[in-house]
Amino acid sequence: MEVRVVNVRKEFERFPALHDVSLDIKSGELIALLGPSGSGKTTLLRLIAGLERPTKGAIFFGEEDASQKSIQERNVGFVFQHYALFRHMTVADNIGFGLKVRHGAARPPAHEIRRRASELLDLVQLSGLEKRYPAQLSGGQRQRVALARAMAIEPKVLLLDEPFGALDAQVRRELRRWLRDIHDRTGHTTVFVTHDQEEALELADRVVVMSQGRIEQVGSADEIYDTPNSPFVYSFIGESSSLPVKVDNGEVWIADRPIGLSAPHAPPGEAVLCFRPHDVDLLDGCSGCIAGTVAASRRVAGTRRVELEVGGERQRVEIELPVDHPAAQKSRVAFRPRRWKLFPAG
Amino acid sequence: MADPEIISYEPQHESRSAAVTESRPVRITLTLLTLAFLVIFLLLPLIIVFKEAFAKGVGAYFASLGDADTRSAIRLTLLVAAIAVPLNLIFGLSAAWAIAKFEFKGKAFLTTLIDLPFSVSPVISGLVYVLLFGAQGLLGEWLKAHGIQILFAVPGIVLATVFVTFPFVARELIPLMQEQGNGDEEAALSLGANGWQAFWYVTLPNIKWGLLYGVLLCNARAMGEFGAVSVVSGHIRGLTNTMPLHVEILYNEYNAVGAFAVASLLAGLALVTLVLKTLLEMRYGAEIAATRGH
Repeated sequence: MEVRVVNVRKEFERFPALHDVSLDIKSGELIALLGPSGSGKTTLLRLIAGLERPTKGAIFFGEEDASQKSIQERNVGFVFQHYALFRHMTVADNIGFGLKVRHGAARPPAHEIRRRASELLDLVQLSGLEKRYPAQLSGGQRQRVALARAMAIEPKVLLLDEPFGALDAQVRRELRRWLRDIHDRTGHTTVFVTHDQEEALELADRVVVMSQGRIEQVGSADEIYDTPNSPFVYSFIGESSSLPVKVDNGEVWIADRPIGLSAPHAPPGEAVLCFRPHDVDLLDGCSGCIAGTVAASRRVAGTRRVELEVGGERQRVEIELPVDHPAAQKSRVAFRPRRWKLFPAG
Repeated sequence: MADPEIISYEPQHESRSAAVTESRPVRITLTLLTLAFLVIFLLLPLIIVFKEAFAKGVGAYFASLGDADTRSAIRLTLLVAAIAVPLNLIFGLSAAWAIAKFEFKGKAFLTTLIDLPFSVSPVISGLVYVLLFGAQGLLGEWLKAHGIQILFAVPGIVLATVFVTFPFVARELIPLMQEQGNGDEEAALSLGANGWQAFWYVTLPNIKWGLLYGVLLCNARAMGEFGAVSVVSGHIRGLTNTMPLHVEILYNEYNAVGAFAVASLLAGLALVTLVLKTLLEMRYGAEIAATRGH
């Protein structure tokens, strides 16, 4: 099912949580809403589910306007951050709940509900745990039961709120692979919320980066990482360094020195230069480069991070060197970013 | 190759650390003090109630319970509890639901209001009903004109009892429901359940032990209430006397066996309530622990 969010605004007691957000979700897509806390990603998910009503704007399921429909009518599978399993029901009863509460002819007979529950337990690789209670399961198992329960109602869309947020790192990585696998097999349109960029970039077909109630950028993992469209996305996704610079005559300047980067299309004036700390060329001499005094040097796993003070303002910037690179021993390092981007100073 | 390091733990003999343990004489004094208090103020009166009730033998005990006025007092008490407890069950549930699950203006005020019967003397709450429904009261004229008798009749006793006992269920449920939050209900709705189904299949099982506990306390108080009921009842023998009022009347008539026989029933009710409450607490405590661990 295709989902379209059109110019949605959401206020909580006059405090805006989302400003004019629009998003097209393709049928069968696995899409991640990524952002820091307070960015509005969970609000957007709850709006799609129908757990909240938009203050303005509309949400379409296919061609149908779902904005005024209740959550029951929307037929979405929602997986809650803390699972929200019914603790007094067995695993099988939890999974069968959505079928049991149906009315009249839509409600399958009891043995059929049991069969579906077992089938779904097989799908989430928990066969044989029908009779257990949620309290008797591990966190990862509960998460799987929650997903099976959401899928039991054959939802048009699967919505997951921080699905792996409460799990430890090891289980998280396993479940990530497993969710991708389930998605590829069942083909549900799936939206999940996360604040973990690794999770979003690895798992999703497309990533929606959100900040302060707005969508900053939508794109594939490659697009988001390689061509971020704002300093926020640059700094939020992956490691990044930034420096205040000036553009003049199609050249990038720091104070009164050109740094050897040409930007023929950039408007002249103040700007911010962004680059990845590992994506730099180290230089020996310095005519047309960024040079700085080493302020700190840290060994991080397989690389060495060096903090430099650049220019008269002593602006700090971080670059990454191979562990045994001789430059790490020097007190002054010169470099030039290999790939970089300029944003208007703001 | 070195052996893996073996770490051994000394078995812990004392479950509490030495720093918080009082010296032996202090411990003994405190324990004795508590025991003496319990015996003098709780155990002794209880024993005396039963001793006095059976002072003239088992026959006299049952004979006094068989008295027509006594039987009518027992019936009235059961009737009042049978009306007041379900009413407060419904009220308590809806109040707790509203307070725990929704945000609205005046919520803090409502929460305070629910506690009012606890902070007001029962006699005062009885008097309020007299001022409201009495012959010279605010609604007295109107009630008289329509032939409705509230004061000095069963409706007045029920009203007073409802007022005095209404915090029990609500106060038991509010913290429980606040802690559980809306998550389970939202999950039920997202799976297609309507509001009633979400309540019946999800909310109610989540709170059932707390609810039972509240009902139990509410019932004990409804049957035992004296002050408020005394003001509105009028003490008409065989008609508007509940068990606690009847005990007083019998006692004032120097009918010790009769008074203590009825009192023994109330004491028995208290004991049963206590046992049920303890059982529930054991069960309910585990439930709360499971809720937190979930």
